[in-house]
Amino acid sequence: MIRLKDVEMEYDNGTKAIQGITLTIEDGEFVFLVGPSGSGKSTIIKLLTGEVEPCGGRIMINGFSVSNISGKQIPLMRRTLGVIFQDFRLIEKKTVYDNLAFVMRAVGAPSKKIQERIPYVLNLVGLEEKASRYPTELSGGEQQRVAIARALVNNPDTIIADEPTGNLDPDRSLELMDLLVKINALGTTVVVVTHEKDLVDRFGKRVITIDSGHVVNDSVGGYVGGTIHG
Amino acid sequence: MAKHDLGYFVHEGVSNMFSHGFMSFAAIGITVACLLIMGTFTLVAVNANEQLKDLERENEILAYVDDTYTTAQAKALQKELEALDNVASATFISKEEATAAFAAEYPEEVQFQDLDPEIFEDRYAIKVVDLEQQSATVEAVAGVTGISDVNAHEEIAGGFVTVRNVATVVCVALIAILFVVSVFIISNTIKLTTFDRRDEIAIMRMVGATNGFIRWPFVYEGFLLGLLSAVIAFLSQWGLYEAVARGVENNDAMQLIRIIPFQQLWPMVAGTFAAAGILIGVGGSLSAIRKFLQV
Repeated sequence: MIRLKDVEMEYDNGTKAIQGITLTIEDGEFVFLVGPSGSGKSTIIKLLTGEVEPCGGRIMINGFSVSNISGKQIPLMRRTLGVIFQDFRLIEKKTVYDNLAFVMRAVGAPSKKIQERIPYVLNLVGLEEKASRYPTELSGGEQQRVAIARALVNNPDTIIADEPTGNLDPDRSLELMDLLVKINALGTTVVVVTHEKDLVDRFGKRVITIDSGHVVNDSVGGYVGGTIHG
Repeated sequence: MAKHDLGYFVHEGVSNMFSHGFMSFAAIGITVACLLIMGTFTLVAVNANEQLKDLERENEILAYVDDTYTTAQAKALQKELEALDNVASATFISKEEATAAFAAEYPEEVQFQDLDPEIFEDRYAIKVVDLEQQSATVEAVAGVTGISDVNAHEEIAGGFVTVRNVATVVCVALIAILFVVSVFIISNTIKLTTFDRRDEIAIMRMVGATNGFIRWPFVYEGFLLGLLSAVIAFLSQWGLYEAVARGVENNDAMQLIRIIPFQQLWPMVAGTFAAAGILIGVGGSLSAIRKFLQV
């Protein structure tokens, strides 16, 4: 579960990125986080992943209090998250298999578990035939599916996708969103940051709209309008 | 550290070294160059120091025995002189031996070839352990009953001490400067390789890898780079040293210079190179990766 209570965030240059945001995302939910550029979406992602500390308020993620988390607990908290980036951030010198094995080893997974888990996850994202390929040999959509597989491979409680369709054409974007919905159906909480209105409207999920550091809408069904959530 | 981690760290360290071949080559090249320069300076200093010690060993104090002493009485002073602090040896030279040595020194001077030994005094040629303490030793020798006069080349001894001290300071300073420069260059070279892999590190952090887990492959890589550099530098230094030693040996003008055989020096050179190489490699890696582990 993700819970933000009166969260404030001001950068060193004086920019007030987040101003008193309160919201809750329950386990197993699928949520779109939308808003214009500079609205504070990226800051929320940074707060959720522990890259920055809030100036005020409280943040709870999957049982960890991010507001006063110790340095040693940050890696443990991050192991409950799977993060997907717009630019994929795959390691080009490693094969698809090694890109996934690398993050499993990073959390101390034994070789046997790695050998069992990777084929399962690659099968889930439809890339079981591409395990020995390098990222540069794959299309943009395939690379993003590798990134999803990588986010999934450590079996996180929550997946956070930051503009995951930003570099994809509409058909590939739709395929990717279908994949995220499928993952959500298996019980993983999914938070998708995007500004693609058509995509958000098509799925009819909960939409949290951020503007100028405030939650201006929290509803189900589309980019604008709908019922206020919770 | 789990058992499977160690295998992974070593594997990653080795494969990183090869996958970033050019940077590894650059790091090894620079480390080898720095070790070679430091090593050459040190070996020159060690040889020069040995040469100076040889010259110092030639330096001696002459202590003249009171001419009222009989030869037996003069010889009896030997134990007393040898018991003094800083005296390495005291060799008795009789009047007759002194006369012969004087005549031999001036073979062309006929009038010196048939001198009466009685115009010379019995004497002791005294060698000291530490030249810096020579003045105190001269005083102590002069204070021995039966010694009428002491002749020491204080200025020569002082010259040796000054040359040795200056050479030591210059060498230590040069080696220290080169060491700092080496660490700086290696650190920056490894920083470049680390910068090249910042995405990799960011991904590791994002998935929850601990700082220790991220750091270890870099430490092993630095260790291996340092060790490999040390081995290459050692072999190069050996070849260079032997070539110079042969050159000196075959040069008639340099027959007075005694080069210490490399067989006597290799354990020191190998140990120092291995320690310095590993220190530079691991230190450079740790310093390079530090800023990537802050969040």
